[in-house]
Amino acid sequence: MIRPHRTHALWYAFILHRISGVALALFLPVHFYTLALALTDPERLDGFFRWTELAVVKFAEFGLVFLLALHMFGGLRLMALEWLPWSDRQKTLAAGAAAMSFLISGVFLLRAI
Amino acid sequence: MSSDADELEVSVWRGDNASGRFEDFRVPAQENQTILDVVSWIQQHRDPTLSYRYACRVGMCGSCAMMVNGVPRWTCRTHVKVALKDNRISIGPLRNLPVIKDLATDMDPFFDKWVAAEGMHHPSRTRDDAIEQINPEDASRQEANKGIECINCSVCYAACDTVAGNDDYLGPAALQRAWTLYNDAKDAGKLNILEAVSGKGGCHNCHSQGGCSHYCPNDLNPMAAIAGLKRASALSFFKGRK
Ligand code: HEM
Ligand code: SF4
Ligand code: SF4
Ligand code: FES
Repeated sequence: MIRPHRTHALWYAFILHRISGVALALFLPVHFYTLALALTDPERLDGFFRWTELAVVKFAEFGLVFLLALHMFGGLRLMALEWLPWSDRQKTLAAGAAAMSFLISGVFLLRAI
Repeated sequence: MSSDADELEVSVWRGDNASGRFEDFRVPAQENQTILDVVSWIQQHRDPTLSYRYACRVGMCGSCAMMVNGVPRWTCRTHVKVALKDNRISIGPLRNLPVIKDLATDMDPFFDKWVAAEGMHHPSRTRDDAIEQINPEDASRQEANKGIECINCSVCYAACDTVAGNDDYLGPAALQRAWTLYNDAKDAGKLNILEAVSGKGGCHNCHSQGGCSHYCPNDLNPMAAIAGLKRASALSFFKGRK
């Protein structure tokens, strides 16, 4: 249960940023390892690519792209908040970051299937 | 909302942090009733030993803040109807502060941090000098004006998760005060302020969750003030001033 004092838009933006940041940190080592297979073990990389054709995996990739985009746009919002003159539209900007991320990852999913 | 009921079901925190618990009361519902009215009714009609704090009853003094149904509020200006959920209200002491007894918290850490953030005037002239003329249209004066209605109620401090997770964090109110003085042409302590707010418990701890600005009863925006301090201290760092 989310504690009552946290139920407002910018806290949700914060928790999504943290979850996506941690997810990226966990994903990237695996990502680099599989890419490195191109040099060390191309056969296994081909096997891995066949696995990525599965619908579940496609959907998981959609999730990853979503989190990556969310972290990037959300992070850009935070950097703008800290470095540019103040804007009162932070909730709108956070919602915009989520919408852009959904758009990008949705396009990615549609192209993938 | 079932504010038509004759009685409100109210649970009130009794005791201190370590050995406290909620105690239930039934309080007559009124058409116009604040949370502070409810607390006072309990103290006057049910248990005279109930401890709580208030003074002005009109949102000026900043002494009456409590957690109401889990969110920090100034109780003298919070209508029961706004806070009521299923005819129930829980009233607890402000979060992030030591509890002295019942609803009264020890505000010392809050005010100590106000001082630690250099939230005091650093005079630029003596009494023998002429009074400095300030143009109210000035951009820095306008920026300073945004924070001056703070009533030190500690609602923002109670809302902040960074305060909860880091004992040293100065918190939104003290940092906003520092930003106000930083923008005040009559304050000669700009570098002291930047020094104080960029250390271990300083402004760079803030994650811009905005709980402070969301709950501030005076509609102030400590999150924006803290962003200003982050910018000012980082610029000062890159210019090699510190
Ligand atoms: C795409 C470019 C990126 C941008 C613009 C960005 C921006 C940011 C910003 C501004 C923060 C601070 C948030 C705060 O103050 O709470 C942050 C936190 C974080 N980032 Fe990124 N980041 C990016 C890429 C990444 C990547 C690739 C990773 C994974 C290795 C990552 C992992 C994290 C983590 C774990 C946090 C801590 C979250 C927190 O404290 O709540 N970020 N990011
Ligand atoms: S914006 Fe910063 S100071 Fe305000 S509640 Fe969030 S972490 Fe605390
Ligand atoms: S900034 Fe707002 S919430 Fe914080 S102490 Fe001042 S008046 Fe209260
Ligand atoms: S009693 Fe003074 S602000 Fe509530």
